Amino acid sequence: MPLIDIQNVTKVYKMGDVEVHALRGVSLAIEEGEMVAIMGPSGSGKSTLMNIMGCLDQPSSGSYQLDGVDVGSLNDDQLAAIRNRKVGFVFQQYMLLQRTDALRNVEMPLLYGDGHDRTTRARAALEAVGMGERLHHKPNELSGGQQQRVAIARALVTNPRIIMADEPTGALDSTTGEEIMAIFERLNREQGMTIILVTHEPDIAAHARRIIHVRDGHIAEDIPRAVAAVPA
Amino acid sequence: MQKAESIAAVASPRRGFRLTRGTGLWESIRIALTSLRANKLRTVLTMLGIIIGVASVVALLAIGNGAQAAITSQIASIGSNILTIFPGRQRGPGPSAQAQSLTLADAEALTKPGVLRNVVAVAPSFQGGAQIVAGANNLQSSVVGVTPSYFSVRNLALVRGDFITDAQVSGQRSVVVIGSNVGTDLFGLANPVGRTLRIKGQTFQIIGLLEAKGGGGFGSIDDQLFVPLTVAQQKLFGARSADTASPRISNISLQVAEASQMTAVSEQISQVLRQRHRLKSDGSEDDFTVFNQADILSSLNQITSVLTAFLGAIAGISLLVGGIGVMNIMLVSVTERTKEIGLRKAVGARRRDILQQFLIEALVVSMMGGVVGLLLGLLISFIVQLTGVITPVVTPGAMLLALGFSMAVGLFFGIYPARRAARLRPIEALRYE
Repeated sequence: MPLIDIQNVTKVYKMGDVEVHALRGVSLAIEEGEMVAIMGPSGSGKSTLMNIMGCLDQPSSGSYQLDGVDVGSLNDDQLAAIRNRKVGFVFQQYMLLQRTDALRNVEMPLLYGDGHDRTTRARAALEAVGMGERLHHKPNELSGGQQQRVAIARALVTNPRIIMADEPTGALDSTTGEEIMAIFERLNREQGMTIILVTHEPDIAAHARRIIHVRDGHIAEDIPRAVAAVPA
Repeated sequence: MQKAESIAAVASPRRGFRLTRGTGLWESIRIALTSLRANKLRTVLTMLGIIIGVASVVALLAIGNGAQAAITSQIASIGSNILTIFPGRQRGPGPSAQAQSLTLADAEALTKPGVLRNVVAVAPSFQGGAQIVAGANNLQSSVVGVTPSYFSVRNLALVRGDFITDAQVSGQRSVVVIGSNVGTDLFGLANPVGRTLRIKGQTFQIIGLLEAKGGGGFGSIDDQLFVPLTVAQQKLFGARSADTASPRISNISLQVAEASQMTAVSEQISQVLRQRHRLKSDGSEDDFTVFNQADILSSLNQITSVLTAFLGAIAGISLLVGGIGVMNIMLVSVTERTKEIGLRKAVGARRRDILQQFLIEALVVSMMGGVVGLLLGLLISFIVQLTGVITPVVTPGAMLLALGFSMAVGLFFGIYPARRAARLRPIEALRYE
């Protein structure tokens, strides 16, 4: 059974009187250990798809099973628990708590779940992304790349089944971006971590082994990396 | 590769789906303190509302209680179990200018054995104002004509010298016992006993100096002079009664043996005096008034209780205003931290976790304000005590009330902002700018 199993999912938003069809019937399966990039222009529905896959939002119709759990039938608190257990998020703007050091930032998800050995686990996660020397630095004392590493450590600390990274290099220069992508690749390659990237940069998408193009609420293309056209 | 190993160490143990545990209380308090420290000035200003509220509740209740205690002790210092008879129909204590219906014969009638039961002593007095001169010093004061029983009924003690005796009353001797303030005003620190002073131009020998009773208020014993009753009536103020042979008097104080007998004695007095004054039993009004010390005390206590409650309520309103300040700041805080709330929800915080976090933040502000306010209230009470006007009484009950109320205010005004935070949807909160 695939880790992510999406069957004919639609999402309709009400914007005042207007109904916006963000997703118009998407079916998608992602196996454990894959590294997938989702691409598409803004308004294509890729963020909506990402939110549904990350259990931040629920489909209007269709079914979504994450790791064997039918997400469509869960209430808010159950969704929160699923996110805590199974999903690690990395955001474009890092989303670290200011005035809070790296260690505390990484510990944060553990407050809402299984809280044993918080400090030990947070320290290990920071060491895993090469931030073991900066445990007590606050976000404003770290560079963008370092902040994103802390954010990745925060995503890793709960030992999730999947990492969702929304434009993770969008706020970084290309060299730093490559360093961050190297971390994702290493997690995927050496540890079998399932990683889903949302990006509009082909350079970044090229790190993935499968690229899904979303357009007008549909999946337009679903290309395994071997066939993907990677610019030289 | 070193890093790969540590990644494996972090991510290796796969876990099943377990019930989530909530954030600990201590963790919530730590988060609240971090957030409050981040905006120190704002936190202090918010707390100020609670501080002022709690401080004023504590201080005003203490002052109210102090006033009540002062009144109680002042009335008790007059003597215990005292009934006082004034001439005329009156609504309050004090001599009435027109009333001349009480005579020395009335007092003598009440003193006769067998007339009143359970009465320890009867002390008629006659009072007037006069110019007092001693050497170069002079003052206007109240001169009271008394019999020896007056001193025991009013519970007076001497610093030196003697009280007025029966012989001095019957002999109309020009002797005077003076209150402590009169002594200091006229003679400074020198011993006044044995010296003379002039009342309305007549020379009196000072035979006693009273101990200070303290306390302000009307007609303090410390500001008065005491002469034999007959002297006041005949020589000083002329107490001829219009329609009887017996000279009139200002009032009669009676000491009753037991507090429980005061009402009964008061009724006996009314009967005796109505008979003596030939008042018909068809409902014609008394031409005298019997004041019961206990009644006065209880009605004064009632007044000060109401006053204390009133002051406390006003202070409570300021605490309420402080609470609205807390709510205001919490709403601002929720709005400012929308993204943080979104993030916390994204990584697994449930509604309850967010609700708890913001409620505890509101509680921490209001309780810190409560403690500082309590200390400030105690300081204000202490300063009031130093001024000597009143001795505030801080009761543990009032302190607990103020702290409890400040907590309740934090909880009540914290709930709305906290619920608002808890209800935020994670995707919208994450996107909030």
